[in-house]
Amino acid sequence: MNLFTPLSWSDSGFILTGILNTVYISVVAIIVGSLLGLLVGFVRAESNKSINMLLGAFLDVLRSVPLIIQLILFTTFIGAMGYPLNPFAAGSIILSLYTMAFMSEVFRSGFDSVPTSTIKAARSLGLNYLQTVRYIRIPIGMRAVFPSWLGVALSVIKDSALVSVIGYMELLRTAEQLISRTQQPIMILIGVGLFYFMISYPLSRYGKYVERKMEI
Amino acid sequence: MIEIKGVHKSFGDLEVLKGIDLNVNRGEVVSIIGASGSGKSTLLYCINAIEKINSGNIIVDGIDVHDKKTDINKLRQNLGMVFQQWNSFPHLTVLENAALAPQIVKGFSKEKAQEIATKELIHVGLGDKLHEYPTRMSGGQQQRLAIARALAMEPPYMLFDEVTSALDPELVGEVLDTLRLLRDDGMTMICVTHEIAFAKEVSDKVAFFHEGLIEEIGTPQQVLDNPQRERTQQFLSKVL
Amino acid sequence: MNNYEFHWNVVFDAFPQLLSGAFTTVHVSVLSMLVGIVIAVLLALGKLSNNKVFYHFANIWIEIARNTPALFLIYMAYFGLGAYGIHLSPYLAVFSALVFINAGYLAETFRGGFQSIPTTQYSAAKSLGMNNIKVYRYVILPQMFRRIYHPMTNQFVWSILMSSLGILVGMNELSGETQRLQSTSFRTLEFFMVAAAMYFVITKLVLFTSSLIAKKVFKGELS
Ligand SMILES: Nc1ncnc2c1ncn2[C@@H]1O[C@H](COP(=O)(O)OP(=O)(O)OP(=O)(O)O)[C@@H](O)[C@H]1O
Ligand SMILES: [Mg+2]
Repeated sequence: MNLFTPLSWSDSGFILTGILNTVYISVVAIIVGSLLGLLVGFVRAESNKSINMLLGAFLDVLRSVPLIIQLILFTTFIGAMGYPLNPFAAGSIILSLYTMAFMSEVFRSGFDSVPTSTIKAARSLGLNYLQTVRYIRIPIGMRAVFPSWLGVALSVIKDSALVSVIGYMELLRTAEQLISRTQQPIMILIGVGLFYFMISYPLSRYGKYVERKMEI
Repeated sequence: MIEIKGVHKSFGDLEVLKGIDLNVNRGEVVSIIGASGSGKSTLLYCINAIEKINSGNIIVDGIDVHDKKTDINKLRQNLGMVFQQWNSFPHLTVLENAALAPQIVKGFSKEKAQEIATKELIHVGLGDKLHEYPTRMSGGQQQRLAIARALAMEPPYMLFDEVTSALDPELVGEVLDTLRLLRDDGMTMICVTHEIAFAKEVSDKVAFFHEGLIEEIGTPQQVLDNPQRERTQQFLSKVL
Repeated sequence: MNNYEFHWNVVFDAFPQLLSGAFTTVHVSVLSMLVGIVIAVLLALGKLSNNKVFYHFANIWIEIARNTPALFLIYMAYFGLGAYGIHLSPYLAVFSALVFINAGYLAETFRGGFQSIPTTQYSAAKSLGMNNIKVYRYVILPQMFRRIYHPMTNQFVWSILMSSLGILVGMNELSGETQRLQSTSFRTLEFFMVAAAMYFVITKLVLFTSSLIAKKVFKGELS
């Protein structure tokens, strides 16, 4: 009897689940990470040295420890503490925090890029502090950093592949299982690569296009 | 002397120089004025062989600039050039900027090169900025650095391309003063400029460019005070 | 909450193995960076060249490297090539994937650095009588180097962090070594905490050294 069975149409549901799981966790991490990053970036742009140092150190750890180690550490830790989470939840938490670490720098530079004269002009028109943030600093600052934001978002989609290490059935892990069943690594891997490429390439081109347009 | 004979120059289909004839003798100061796009900068670039020409000749001290056999890098040592945008080398200090070419092109020792550079920098009034980086200086200072950098090669000719037009108004004076200084030293200069009053004051000859041709040339009195050609009159009435 | 008891002794005993893992991590990152730089120069020249074949080859390499996950490329090198009978060791698989990616990203960095030097710098240098070699040697390349220095440092740090994917193909770099050690002792948390700290220290050392060098080489310049 043959242990290996070739790839067939009946696998499409399995593959689709893998694709959707990759999309789910990426979207969650990008949304949560961006919102947290916006908050942290704002706090960092506003606050004094000591708070900044403290926050900076925390973000530094997130950026200087490999994502895969963070994922393993976190799941092991909550397991040992007696609160195990499913791979999606644990992966989302870590991937979001990881995203936040990069997004906060993006947004911080966005906030820094809004000239103080613009802020003063807004205040002189009678906008209060929160209104200035809401209507002036966020819209202007965020537009300026859109290409960098997109760059981080795309790298999050690619990094989401690492969540497979804690057992989340995203696309690459799905592929791995199919490979061990079918022994057709090339075809399956190329399909996976194409999927990522077709999402990432057009968007990165778009980001470059926007960047060029903003330079002029 | 610089002899320019029947020079034609095109960028693709656009003919920018349509037959320029101009002689500049040693010790002369020649100013070139004219509307934007009339080909003034292009002519300077052609004299320095940064741009090729399509026909005609440019001869500097008997050497044909655009002859294939001419050692162009050697020739350029005789033709100092200063650009509209100051183009200081941002990775080098003021002194290093001015000493670089004497050292690596002329082969002087580092000490000798720095000595010459220091002399020229003091000459243009940057003696107190030798170890500063140019990015920290004003446009006027950077432009004077560019002049000193060119002078440090001790060229007999200097070409200036609208060296004041990218400067804030209050910085124009210091750069023009530097040019006056050079004229008083007897330097041979071709100045493309929009400063009509300055051209009148320093020039031996003024050439008015119009659409790739010299429309009128003569002493400042002839061309600027008493223009014969209608186009010159129109141009002057617009800029004065 | 469970009372988890930390046991550090077994980790300390294994410290030499962890260090050797860290050494492999640095080893593969440095090598992949060096080879990546050489290829990146060629790819950047390809993207600047008028030769269609050379241009498209460079372009395809760069876009694949930038738009697919590192893990995908490692799997390609490890399982994909394996299907063609080319069986790379885990080290070589991770190494080739990192080289591939580093070359792609650095090529764009180099090209950008090259194109960011204004053409007026060439004119200015030439007008002083410099020949082409001198123009590049003394004016263009030094300025380019300043612009690519920080992106290169970041790429190196990225290589160190991404080499941790070696854990998934059984490589014996820091993560893989940690995985192996914890699997026999079951002190997973302790081992990975120490590994995390070691990664942190390595990247900080790299960044610190890099900025030290930058201060020495670039002195007081802005930009
Ligand atoms: N490298 C180039 N490629 C194509 N066209 C060029 C190039 N350099 C200059 N031109 C064109 O040649 C014409 C003359 O340019 P030039 O710079 O010589 O004018 P100019 O008299 O110096 O004007 P300005 O006062 O604006 O400096 C312009 O129409 C310009 O667009
Ligand atoms: Mg001009």
